[in-house]
Amino acid sequence: MTSIIPVESLKTKPFRVDPSEAPTEDIREVLFELEEAGEIIVQRVPEPYVEVMTKYGRTKKIPLGQTWHHKSCGQCGHIPGYSTSIFWLTRKLGYDYIDPKDQTSCTAWNYYASATSNVAAQGGVAMRNFAAAYETGYFPLIHCGTSYGHYKEVRHEIVHHDDVRATVRDIMSKLGKPLVMPEEIVHYSEWVHAVRDQIAQHQVRDFSDIVACVHPACHYYKLIQEDAIYDPDIYGGQRTATVSGLILALGAEVADYSTFFDCCGFGFRHILVSRDFSRSFATMRKIEVMKEEANPDVVITHDTGCVTTLDKSQFAPQAHGRNVGVPVMSDAQFAALAMGAHPYRVCQLHWHSTDYRPLLEKMGIDWEAAWIEFEKDLKRLEANEIEYLTWEDVDG
Amino acid sequence: MSRAAPTTTFARRPGATLAPNAYDDVPYEEKLALWEEVKADPRFPDYLYGCYECGICVAACPSARFYDFSPRKIAQAAAREDVELIFEQMNDDVWNCSQCFSCDRCPRQNSPGGLITILREVAVRHGLASSQEALEGYGRVVYKIMTTGTQVSPDMLQPDAFPDWGPDVKEVSDQLDLWRRALPPETLHTTSTGWEVSEKTLLELYLIWHYSDVMDMIEEVDEGLHMIIMDVMEETLEEAGYEI
Repeated sequence: MTSIIPVESLKTKPFRVDPSEAPTEDIREVLFELEEAGEIIVQRVPEPYVEVMTKYGRTKKIPLGQTWHHKSCGQCGHIPGYSTSIFWLTRKLGYDYIDPKDQTSCTAWNYYASATSNVAAQGGVAMRNFAAAYETGYFPLIHCGTSYGHYKEVRHEIVHHDDVRATVRDIMSKLGKPLVMPEEIVHYSEWVHAVRDQIAQHQVRDFSDIVACVHPACHYYKLIQEDAIYDPDIYGGQRTATVSGLILALGAEVADYSTFFDCCGFGFRHILVSRDFSRSFATMRKIEVMKEEANPDVVITHDTGCVTTLDKSQFAPQAHGRNVGVPVMSDAQFAALAMGAHPYRVCQLHWHSTDYRPLLEKMGIDWEAAWIEFEKDLKRLEANEIEYLTWEDVDG
Repeated sequence: MSRAAPTTTFARRPGATLAPNAYDDVPYEEKLALWEEVKADPRFPDYLYGCYECGICVAACPSARFYDFSPRKIAQAAAREDVELIFEQMNDDVWNCSQCFSCDRCPRQNSPGGLITILREVAVRHGLASSQEALEGYGRVVYKIMTTGTQVSPDMLQPDAFPDWGPDVKEVSDQLDLWRRALPPETLHTTSTGWEVSEKTLLELYLIWHYSDVMDMIEEVDEGLHMIIMDVMEETLEEAGYEI
């Protein structure tokens, strides 16, 4: 198949960037200046960390352990195997973490959907969560792409607007909290990218026959672009390396398609009250294009709304005979499956809609036997033999 | 890096519209006041630097493919300070935006999506009828995020609300309590919130809403919703010794 975008030539001519020519400032330098002036506390990335390259060639530190997991509304609410897989990977690789109750949503889904908020409120919510993490000594690892993107916006506003910073500091002082900003805003998929070789070392399932299309999340790499990870060895450094780097490390094929850069159609407001738009866009600009040009076994993405929109939107078009029917999951779920995770106890794929069973078969997973095992868990829960399924049950 | 807002503008004279629009009956001064509020927002200088009319933002925009909507026109109207057109957009266009920020690839580093965020907020703050209509059916979501600290909880996944997502929605809904107990992370056993949020955390969130004047915005678009949220917040805060 002829690729519409010359991906192969990108790979042969890696694009190398000089950070000294970056078109934007390094906001971390400004943060440290503010800290020096007593304006803000900067929470340092704990060691050990992995250094990765970002869009303009700068280095970003990704913490491996001692992470404070800033959970995602949509992941926890409707596709909980997403969050569970992130925690499972962290545990399996032996890193320390906190799953806090002292965390609220970033509230950015509502901010982008209804506009019933403002700069001070959004700054207050972000800085309250960051202060809560700081109080524990653990470093924020942000599960949601929109939280990640929005917190970068908030950081920009707090750093560059003295009046906003003063307002938010005033709110924080009324809560009895300091004004704290993490040294780096880190998305969980960056952590997955940083540990992808470790994940590959623990791989127990062969993915060499798996063809995957990647959907990169808009709020990851378009909204405040300079924090996203790029790598000259992946797409020649011309597309974000996050997600694709993991799939390649696991030995699967990353298949290109011409609408790689398109949004999923989530729309924030639209996915809830104008879903005809979200469904049409997800079908016509993403899934059908992938099917026609790459015919993948799976779509891998790294954000809440993308998994939901691309997965749930396929039911109606399938009923109308459209060319859809590709399972969708997160990079964390894909990585967990590679490392031998249970498809239901850990990845919780029964919360997903588009048929994922052919994919599991191709991965060598007996999904029928796995479902029987999970049903036994459910029966124990129903009979109140156990109150909850625990990590020990999962690993047992 | 913040840069200065454009100094050269092409303001349309009051009443000098290119074509009659549906909002001719709204006094120009009212439209101008809203525009001045948009410009006064601290984010505004970071979102607009001028516009080449290259249309890259339109090519990248998902909403432009399915609606009569153009991020280029948003940036153009703002750059020209076309008060009449901006008011029209504030009513007819801004709610079509997907807020994906694909338009941020602008070679002038504009953010039409960011401009829309501000335009929407000003529309909400002034209770424009179009914003009330756009947010019809959205009240439950606002209630959830404001009062629980998490948005779109597991129990909101109801088959009558998501018929287009297929029969799996009903299965999830029917099995919800059991399936939530089958989640290993201890914070995820909830059904009415995405995860368990501590009472202290919720109290702090309510204080943030209170100190940031967000509740006034909600009152403008939905008085009933405002009343319900205030009841929940006041009760919690009063129990904790706060008076609001």
